[in-house]
Amino acid sequence: MVSINKGATQQISTIISNKRVGAYHQIHINVGEIVKSCRPGNFVAISVGGDSSRMILRRAFAISRVSESSQYGGTMELIVAPHGAGSRWLCSQIEGAELDIVAPLGTSFGIPTEPINALLIGGGYGSAPLFGLADVLKSRACKVDMLLGASNGSKIYAPMEGKRSVNSLKIYTEDGSMGETGRVTESLLEIVANRNIDVIYSCGPMGMLRAITELVANTEVIHQCAVEEAMACGIGICMTCVLPIRNEDESTSMLRSCIDGPVMDGSRVQWDLVGQIPEVHQ
Amino acid sequence: MTLPVDMSTTLANAWFPTPIFTASGCASSGKELAQFFPLKDVGAIVTKSVMTKPRHGRPTPRMAETPSGMLNSIGLQGPGIDSFLANDVPWLLEQKARVIVSIAGETIEEYSTLARKLRSVSGISAVEVNISCPNVENRGLVFACDPDASRRVIDGVRKTIGGELPIIAKLSPDVTNLPEIAKGVVDAGADSLALINTVLGMVINLETMKPHLGGKTGGLSGPAIRPVAVRAIYQVHAALPQIPILGMGGVASGRDALELILAGASGVSVGTASFGNPTALISIQNELRDLLAARGFATLKQAIGYAHRDEKP
Repeated sequence: MVSINKGATQQISTIISNKRVGAYHQIHINVGEIVKSCRPGNFVAISVGGDSSRMILRRAFAISRVSESSQYGGTMELIVAPHGAGSRWLCSQIEGAELDIVAPLGTSFGIPTEPINALLIGGGYGSAPLFGLADVLKSRACKVDMLLGASNGSKIYAPMEGKRSVNSLKIYTEDGSMGETGRVTESLLEIVANRNIDVIYSCGPMGMLRAITELVANTEVIHQCAVEEAMACGIGICMTCVLPIRNEDESTSMLRSCIDGPVMDGSRVQWDLVGQIPEVHQ
Repeated sequence: MTLPVDMSTTLANAWFPTPIFTASGCASSGKELAQFFPLKDVGAIVTKSVMTKPRHGRPTPRMAETPSGMLNSIGLQGPGIDSFLANDVPWLLEQKARVIVSIAGETIEEYSTLARKLRSVSGISAVEVNISCPNVENRGLVFACDPDASRRVIDGVRKTIGGELPIIAKLSPDVTNLPEIAKGVVDAGADSLALINTVLGMVINLETMKPHLGGKTGGLSGPAIRPVAVRAIYQVHAALPQIPILGMGGVASGRDALELILAGASGVSVGTASFGNPTALISIQNELRDLLAARGFATLKQAIGYAHRDEKP
């Protein structure tokens, strides 16, 4: 009967741990049964600021990974950058604090049915959901290479356990403070050709997602990207997070990145029209 | 021991088991919220204002959070009336939800065209005529800011739709004399009034040092505007005590809903609160029932306009 937000649950969940990792916070939440419906790429919407908060909207965070077997039952890991008032509040919550969450939300990364060569590209804390994805791809016998980029080394999120789930990891920073100097798109086409990449999975700033899409436009590579657009509700009712998506018949639809995304086919996003109206009327 | 409160309410000839509705533009056509509660459990689903043709709306960014509120600048993105009537209304009726269809037009004729399409649709409880969306290209098109244009839109809809389906005119608080505009649309044939639409606002981005929203201006909603809604409902109920009001504006709790009811609302729409809490309607409904019982009201209807009881006639 219900097809939108299928599997999404609203519940109160407890923070199990909150650790600072470089520029980010790694937060574990005891979420119980809902881990069974969480897939790499899905996100969680969390109320911030407490009951008397003047922040009335939930904040959306990519689910970095879930685990079913820990001593706490189902746990969800988030990697949060304390940028705005909402994420700073979340990062200040200590073990034992309760959170009002809605999850899982949104589309997930498509998982191939046969072994493929996958390239995972993360920008900043956009790398977080890619490690959970890497685990799933490895369990399907895929070859998993990863490129991570950020402005500087403290903004690279690459935990030790995550490194074990990829075949190779290459890091780029714009200031050269870690790995190679430059951006993840630096030698992308060479990497794609040399390693016979079938699918790129990406997560990070919109500029990076657009650059990857344009670079692989004339190749056979499929590009699944997790987009980032400002959302008010996360469940499809506010219509604020729309992106221009090309339909089969070349017309354009303004689709919601919360329910038709965040994972989208990069080649269908009309990056040049983001922030514009395709036409006033169809 | 308190007796159960009769929560039922009416807007003209339309009956609803509870006074808590969704707000147009804040629940799409219901499918998204159906994962969180059965739609038949609330008073009615007021669908997102639909126009004659499919529409892309305004460019992004379309949203800015503000203290206890938010600005939106959607611009009536939607599927168009034909697709809406073919897909969304039958689905809502299958859910046994009560449906109020909200319509919006760019011209007086477009409203009449929409009304003509609705005339033959069975199962809907009422039509909301949204003459106050602030997110249109030309602010001159906000009919509800002009008494004459407001009357002409409602007159056109009334004449097209006939006498059966209740018409709810949705008005803007951004006017000098709201009771005058309200009287005008009631004279033209509106059975009920929806108060209030969002309040026109703007946020300037300090990075770009330009208006943040793609459409520059947006509609302010959320608890920040609740006192404006209470004032508007109180004023209009005092001027037109016989006209049922569907109240809305920043309602986030049962306490807020009761405040609008005491001011004169017969029903209360919940909009922005659903963005932050998908089950807001259900908790507001339960809280309202308890608050009415605690104050000794046996029926919701006894509380409507109760704040006016000591006013001189």
